Amino acid sequence: MPMRTVYEAKIENLQILDEDGNFDTKLAPAGAPGVLTDEQAVFLLDQMIQCRRLDEIAFTLQRSGRMYTYPQNKGQEAAALGSGFAMRKGTDWLVPCYRENAALFLHGMPMHLIFLHWMGDERGNAIPKGVNITPIAIPIGTQMLHATGMAWAFKQRKEDKVAITYFGDGATSEGDFHEAMNFATAFNLPIIFFCQNNQWAISVPREQQMNSETVAQKGLAYGATCVHVDGNDIFAVYKATHDARERARNGGGVTLIEAETYRLGDHTTADDARRYRDEEEVESWKRKDPMIRLRKYLTGKGLWTDAKQQAAEDAAKILVADVVKLSEGMEKPSTDDMFNYLYEAIPEDLRRQRDTLRTHSLGQDPSQVGLQRR
Amino acid sequence: MARTDKMNKEGLTLVDAINEGLEQEMTRDSRVVLLGEDVGRNGGVFRVTEGLQKKFGPERVIDTPLSESGIMGTSIGMAMAGQRPIPEIQFEGFLGPAYDQLVNHAARFRHRTRGSLTVPMTVRVPWGGGIHAPEFHSDSPEAIYIHSPGLKVLCPSTPYDAKGMLLSAIRDPDPVIFFEPKRVYRSFREQVPEGEYTVPIGKAKIVSEGTDVTIVTWGANVFQCLEALDKLPEDLSVELIDLRTLHPMDTDTIFASVEKTGRLVIVQEATRLCSLSSEITAQVMERCFLHLQAPVQRVCGFDTIMPYAKLELDYLPNADKIVEAITQVAAY
Repeated sequence: MPMRTVYEAKIENLQILDEDGNFDTKLAPAGAPGVLTDEQAVFLLDQMIQCRRLDEIAFTLQRSGRMYTYPQNKGQEAAALGSGFAMRKGTDWLVPCYRENAALFLHGMPMHLIFLHWMGDERGNAIPKGVNITPIAIPIGTQMLHATGMAWAFKQRKEDKVAITYFGDGATSEGDFHEAMNFATAFNLPIIFFCQNNQWAISVPREQQMNSETVAQKGLAYGATCVHVDGNDIFAVYKATHDARERARNGGGVTLIEAETYRLGDHTTADDARRYRDEEEVESWKRKDPMIRLRKYLTGKGLWTDAKQQAAEDAAKILVADVVKLSEGMEKPSTDDMFNYLYEAIPEDLRRQRDTLRTHSLGQDPSQVGLQRR
Repeated sequence: MARTDKMNKEGLTLVDAINEGLEQEMTRDSRVVLLGEDVGRNGGVFRVTEGLQKKFGPERVIDTPLSESGIMGTSIGMAMAGQRPIPEIQFEGFLGPAYDQLVNHAARFRHRTRGSLTVPMTVRVPWGGGIHAPEFHSDSPEAIYIHSPGLKVLCPSTPYDAKGMLLSAIRDPDPVIFFEPKRVYRSFREQVPEGEYTVPIGKAKIVSEGTDVTIVTWGANVFQCLEALDKLPEDLSVELIDLRTLHPMDTDTIFASVEKTGRLVIVQEATRLCSLSSEITAQVMERCFLHLQAPVQRVCGFDTIMPYAKLELDYLPNADKIVEAITQVAAY
């Protein structure tokens, strides 16, 4: 009996704008769905400049002891912005990890809340009503299931909403990634899995993290649509995410997007990447910086000038200075806050601890106060 | 409280009462969704969800992939998006893979977002030993979840309490673990109001009043304690407290009883070390120190792995062990 092929697949890479600023108009004809307009591209470059500035200032705040730990986003802005821009603000939901600041800001997350979070203040996660974002997820990969559950709720209620969840290459080793992919595809949920493959999970390189050639192909096992894009090309990221969103809205199910990018900074401010990766590798990726190529492209089209660049950088400085002022101006929360948000109504035992702590640092219970043999 | 006094004539088992509660709450509230392994077509391995998929359809009574972290994590997402999911974990021994989602996520969302995202869900879990089940099917892990801030932990022992507390749990704005003592799933019937009613979370029940010794217990052990009471001399007056809600615990009822009796026995299936009985003992010592007439005694499982079926009854509390503990405490 001849063997027959029961499954065949290939993964294709999408790149529209290369690192030298060359643009493929065949892949992205002006006016076609999923193609950024000139005006949008200019807006997104401006957003990138703001986010990069915020990132640099966060780093200096940490180094001067004004912020505890901070994970730089530097180099990954196109992946966050291009995907975030493809989602509908106030309708779709973003379920991030911690390297998508630019996407969160696009969807209405106040910048100072991100700073507040990394300054060790839960109020940084108090996301305003109407801003459809879940808080920064610190453990790896757990948030993908929450996004899947949200998408399930949208489907149950027949709402025209899509969830997008973000994670890194390392997170695809976690069980929760596979469980989320399986649930999402088994129930055909309106969700996009967006992997920012930045090549490193702290000190472990992608090729040591997994034996698969790409992250994208992991989605094939679950019957998802799998897309591989140049994550530093904002046009490709936008198009892939836009198409995935439309697919999800029209019952076409789940897309796994692998955006290939690079973590130009350390894992966090507590890390020193020089211990485990070559300077040469970092230098080669610096040339692929998403901001450089977008600027080149827009300059070539006469849509951007050095003067505009200067003006945008100056504006970003003022904006971020205000963010610093706002976040550092927040008074320390009261100890009541440790107790008040565990449950909607505070249980009696917690109330006793909360009230006692107001006046006694031991704080467990009024019976401890002035304990003596009667 | 009961909106109608009309009772089901033949009475309901614990399984029937939970099934009826689920059906009534799903009828009342379209946000309520059941999900878990085998809960739909099969009606659950204990038949607790029997008939519900037929009535409400596969989109509200969902057979999920075999994936506890998946069930718990997606339930969290559903709850945050405005549904009222009721995930079932088939046996308490399988809570392990869901632990991270339950403790690190469900329990924390309200707190870490300062109330902007909440997780109103009821996690149903058949719990405890005594039915000669295979390994990983007979544990009592309640202390792990009581120890984790942000969860509520319930363990009703009777059909009436089970239905009333289930409705309270589903309507609660926070994540609730609803442990169902599988040993008494079908061991007796009880008159239960046909209509909807709630039994409040956080209130213990005094099963029998007494003045000499206090017993605190929960789950199937309530019935071993009742058996023990029958074996005790009539002039010994024992107050039996069914905790019902394990967290937040009704310490007021315990303290008031111990202040009256001065003697306390705690009965639980779980291992003794760092258990709920440890916590009750510590709090009674802190709050009722001068009222105690005898050391607190505990009748517990041992600090071992729950044995397989052959040694199961040696491990678990029973009426004789409870009689012995009460007698010693009373005579101290």
